[in-house]
Amino acid sequence: MTTPSLLLDEVTRVHGTGETAVRALDGVSLEVMPGELVAVMGPSGSGKSTLLNLAGGLDLATTGRVVIEGEDLATLSAKGIARLRRRRVGFVFQDYNLIPSLTAAENVALPLELDGVRAGQARRQARQTLDLMGLRELSDRFPDQMSGGQQQRVAIARALVGSRRLVLADEPTGALDSHTGEDVLRVLRERCDEGVAGLLVTHEARHAAWADRVVFLRDGVVVDSTGRASAAEDLLTSSTR
Amino acid sequence: MSVKQGLLALLAEGPMYGAQLRVEFEERTGGTWPLNVGQVYTTLARLERDGLVEPTGEADAEGRISYRLTEAGSAEVGTWWTTPVDRDNTPRDELTIKLALAVTVPGVDVATVAQTQRTATLKHLHDLTRLKQQVMRKQRDAERVPNAETPTGDAPTASPAGGADHDLAWLLVLENLIFTAEAEVRWLDHVETRLHRESLRPFPRSGRTPEAAARAAAEDTAYRRESADHGTDRTEARR
Repeated sequence: MTTPSLLLDEVTRVHGTGETAVRALDGVSLEVMPGELVAVMGPSGSGKSTLLNLAGGLDLATTGRVVIEGEDLATLSAKGIARLRRRRVGFVFQDYNLIPSLTAAENVALPLELDGVRAGQARRQARQTLDLMGLRELSDRFPDQMSGGQQQRVAIARALVGSRRLVLADEPTGALDSHTGEDVLRVLRERCDEGVAGLLVTHEARHAAWADRVVFLRDGVVVDSTGRASAAEDLLTSSTR
Repeated sequence: MSVKQGLLALLAEGPMYGAQLRVEFEERTGGTWPLNVGQVYTTLARLERDGLVEPTGEADAEGRISYRLTEAGSAEVGTWWTTPVDRDNTPRDELTIKLALAVTVPGVDVATVAQTQRTATLKHLHDLTRLKQQVMRKQRDAERVPNAETPTGDAPTASPAGGADHDLAWLLVLENLIFTAEAEVRWLDHVETRLHRESLRPFPRSGRTPEAAARAAAEDTAYRRESADHGTDRTEARR
């Protein structure tokens, strides 16, 4: 059986203690397989960001297990988690977080360099990733020479450069208009169709619809989730019948 | 949806017979609103009666009659393009009615009604998005190989020249369905929040209000009296 890229098993995260304790996440279980894009929806304060932070090892669960590509985060040291994050997990944020003084290719190469890959080699891999994602023409541009949508696509390339196969995206289309947001999702979707696993936090149903499944959070609990959708071909047949 | 206006708009392109009109209509709307040929011919007959279309001549060898627009028909199409679609008549929406009733009929779990619908609508939204992806991929592939298709003749339904336009039309229809579904999900989210807030209010909701009961009783009496005046018992007839 294929190992899930991400597994959350009865994960609870409590902030504070005693009377003032807040259960930001309460017994959440979730599995993301390679090639799967899962969207998380829910109102503000429902625990979406907590879930993403736990999934990426930026925060630790109070109880329950978080397992990334077969490695239980609870069994790793802080250093081990940092290494796992560098090599296995890519993050995409609403505000892109590209470094302004570096070109697109240098930004994409950065995580590899931080992981000890030599500069030339890292730059080559970065360009390959940008090429693969159809972003070759952006390689030598600085962030201020790119539109928001272009920056976000470069950010996805940075999240997936090297051997990383799990991307965690927090409202990646939040700052973009409808069309540009869609371009970003298309890139993310294509990566997932190529085998990458993705967890996408969004509050827009239209954007969540690009995912294979949607999970709803309310007050830290999964209240609802959609199953795998029927094949588009079936729908086409039924709609033209 | 006005079949009449749709057919007139298609005929503005040139004369067509019924089956052609049906195919063209469905092709451009991605088969979202299927028409049957009978419906097309009934509409054509009505349009001919109203002087908006006319036959181009006698039936062809296969018995098909083509229709074209009259001057009045062309004017009607022109008016349609330049007049906004009437939004004053609110169509009956089953979901809206269902939720309105759910919050007033005692014993209905409204939150579950809303949640079940949202799951279903999201799945629908997902399917539509997949279809949209397919159409967009097709468009991109076509851009990459610009001369892959060459015009092959006069059959309007298979005209590759019209292919790109038809894909665009289908894409716009799909996006309309996507935005509608998204609006429904947003509304359902809103319903959930509203219900949650209402559940925190001190006064419990009840089913029929005394005012509604009184109004119904008054209407019923009036109806019976009117029936009696006409010498027939409509309540009986309705059963």
